[in-house]
Amino acid sequence: MYKLQFDENICETCPTSDCLVKCQYIDMDRDTAHDEMMKIIKGEDSFVLNHCISCYACEEYCLRGNHPFYLITERREEKGILPAPRAITNQWINMVEPKGKYKVGEIKDKAISYCFLPELKGLAKGKLFEDVSQSYLFGAEFFCQVMYLHFAKTSIIKERLPNVIERIKQYGIKQLICMHDECYGSFASVAPAYGIDVPFEPIHYLEYLYNRLRELMDTINPLKIKVVYQRPCSSRLSSDKLHYVYDILALIGAELVERKYQGEKALCCGEIPRLLAGYEVANDLQKRNIDDMAESGAEYCVFNCPYCQMALSEKITKRGIKPIHIVDLCKKAIGEK
Amino acid sequence: MNDIFEALLQIVGKDHVSSQEEERYFYARDSGLMPPHEPDYVVAPKTTEEVQRIVKLANDKGIPIVPAGAGLALTGLVVPLKGGIVIDMKRMNKILEVNEKARYAIVEGGTSHGAVKAYLDKHYPTLRHSIPDAPPAVTIGSNIVIHGQGRLAQQYGFNSDMVSGLEVVTPTGDICKIGSCSMSKYWFSKGPSLPDLSGLFIGWLGSTGILTKVGLKLYPKKKIRDIEIFVTDKEDLVPDILYKLTHTEMVEDINAWFQPLPLMFKGNHHVNIYITGDTEEEIEFKKKIVWDSLKGYFDAKDGGFMWVFPAMKTPFLEMPQKSFMSFADLKKGGGFEYSGPIILVEKYPKCVQKLMEIGSKSDLAYSGFARIIGRSHCMMYSFALAFNRADSDMMNRVRKAINELAEFVYEEGGIPWKPSVEEQKMALEHMDPNTIKLMKMIKDNLDPNGIMNPGNWEVN
Repeated sequence: MYKLQFDENICETCPTSDCLVKCQYIDMDRDTAHDEMMKIIKGEDSFVLNHCISCYACEEYCLRGNHPFYLITERREEKGILPAPRAITNQWINMVEPKGKYKVGEIKDKAISYCFLPELKGLAKGKLFEDVSQSYLFGAEFFCQVMYLHFAKTSIIKERLPNVIERIKQYGIKQLICMHDECYGSFASVAPAYGIDVPFEPIHYLEYLYNRLRELMDTINPLKIKVVYQRPCSSRLSSDKLHYVYDILALIGAELVERKYQGEKALCCGEIPRLLAGYEVANDLQKRNIDDMAESGAEYCVFNCPYCQMALSEKITKRGIKPIHIVDLCKKAIGEK
Repeated sequence: MNDIFEALLQIVGKDHVSSQEEERYFYARDSGLMPPHEPDYVVAPKTTEEVQRIVKLANDKGIPIVPAGAGLALTGLVVPLKGGIVIDMKRMNKILEVNEKARYAIVEGGTSHGAVKAYLDKHYPTLRHSIPDAPPAVTIGSNIVIHGQGRLAQQYGFNSDMVSGLEVVTPTGDICKIGSCSMSKYWFSKGPSLPDLSGLFIGWLGSTGILTKVGLKLYPKKKIRDIEIFVTDKEDLVPDILYKLTHTEMVEDINAWFQPLPLMFKGNHHVNIYITGDTEEEIEFKKKIVWDSLKGYFDAKDGGFMWVFPAMKTPFLEMPQKSFMSFADLKKGGGFEYSGPIILVEKYPKCVQKLMEIGSKSDLAYSGFARIIGRSHCMMYSFALAFNRADSDMMNRVRKAINELAEFVYEEGGIPWKPSVEEQKMALEHMDPNTIKLMKMIKDNLDPNGIMNPGNWEVN
């Protein structure tokens, strides 16, 4: 069985305990944060296990290479502390159970994964993806499983993720462009953390997009718009790739306006917390986030995750902000939309 | 050409009467399990007077009559069991009047629910009626005589409770007005404060008269309609969840359902909670009360509100909801039947267990659905079974299952909804003899020659 590779000495000697001190949903000073993390490491009860809304951010806040969020998730499952009601958890587990209804394109060394999100297949079209869009994987069989971190079900990840990786391996894929943060995080962060071998190179689609835009530089017509960015939870598993968002926006002439909840302090879209913590938490999150967007004066909110886009599109539109996926924004910049 | 055909032709004209094989084939069956029985004639009148003349002719000659709407009951209620004349009411489809301030409409009996909805949407955007989740072709008259239920059932009861007056052609050919319209030009009450005679016709499955006009109560239509879906893995909790929801008085329609496929629905019970409002604030206010009413289950992890994605929301908000119909072709071959008794909400767990038992032992595709009627006063529980018409063995298993379900329902104190002839017989076996005696008195007096939809509610 795969086991989380976690070094408790790193936490014990941590001078900041930033993983929990910086948490935007539970208020803690450094000493409390340190004590609680040590309790979690030792398998003792901690209020963190009950109150975490699973925003993934502590994975990013830890700059010492440990995996605080994965550990919290492990401990919750061990102790039977369900973040969500059982029925909701089961629903999400059942909905992506592989049933042999996957689709595979004309696979080459470099392929693209649409995971199990049909929206992604719709995005990966046109000049930006002309070299890779036909070499694709789609279906529950290729679902990256990271979502189960939200539901404290690392057992599902450990059970299913190796099979997903094995299936991808069978196609002889050498480089896999992941059209979703979760997929990239799954192969680049979760799998290594659990000692699961990944025999191909995962490429974050934002990196691919940036490089492709560079190739198409002469077709870019700067958009001259003001935007805000909705950072998704799974982006915390690949914070080293966040700069590509800024680089892409700069390249296409979209000005990322300053606001309170961006970068490290970004707020989650609110819909997973709605399932886990209820409507009051979710509504508060969304209100603060959207108020902040509106105050920034941005015309567009740029999305990276289709789920975030689904969660917030209607609400931000009512506030006069246009929702758009970053891929569609890039297409706009090269005159495709 | 025989005398009867000639007489019918004189009444409705050559384009609206037939004894041809094609029509007799078509009107011999519905979409359910009932074996076909051919009529001798099919006739489509345009006016109440034409209906009256047809009925008088049939009564004089002792010819059976079957009044038919769109033929969508699935339980064979318009299959002419003893031949005779099928009166297709769909040409009587005029919306005669809408009294906006008194919130009622007067429509001809063959008017479809879809037409009423479209008309109100266009001309009276603040009014609505209780549209059932049947295909939109289902007619107002037929839906009332079977005590149909629609989207306003939780708030206002059966669709038959929303009748505000009737015009009826009795089996002896009299045209009778029922309710306030019997002594006034206004159709605002089907009974009170007069003797309520509507019960002589409603629920009788067309065996006591033909509804030629219906007064239909209309209700406020809010600008926004939204849905929340509460999910639990414990069927035992569902009745209490429904009780708490109905207590809020904040909700439009409430449905509870479960089905094993697609997989995301497996093992859970889903409670659809429809919320309406004129403003976002009204919607949020109501949602908050709904959420709070179920907080105990959420805190105990016994249930929660699922994320209804925008793509999923659209089909759930359709009226009628087309996805119900897609289940009908699950097995390909277009076979679909359900037993839909009216039963106490507290019986939900037993209904679920029984459906799972039947589905498993009969190897049938199934889904269970409850529509709450009134403030949890009762529910219509649909034991739905899909089958392939080309598979006679599967059809037999469905027939057997439906009969077993009917027996189960009666044992649990339920009553049948739009029962097939078989289910009617079983119901009469469970009914108080004096009730049957009273039904017989009514039937004998209204229909002395037994011509109206014979075979149904045969109390003789």
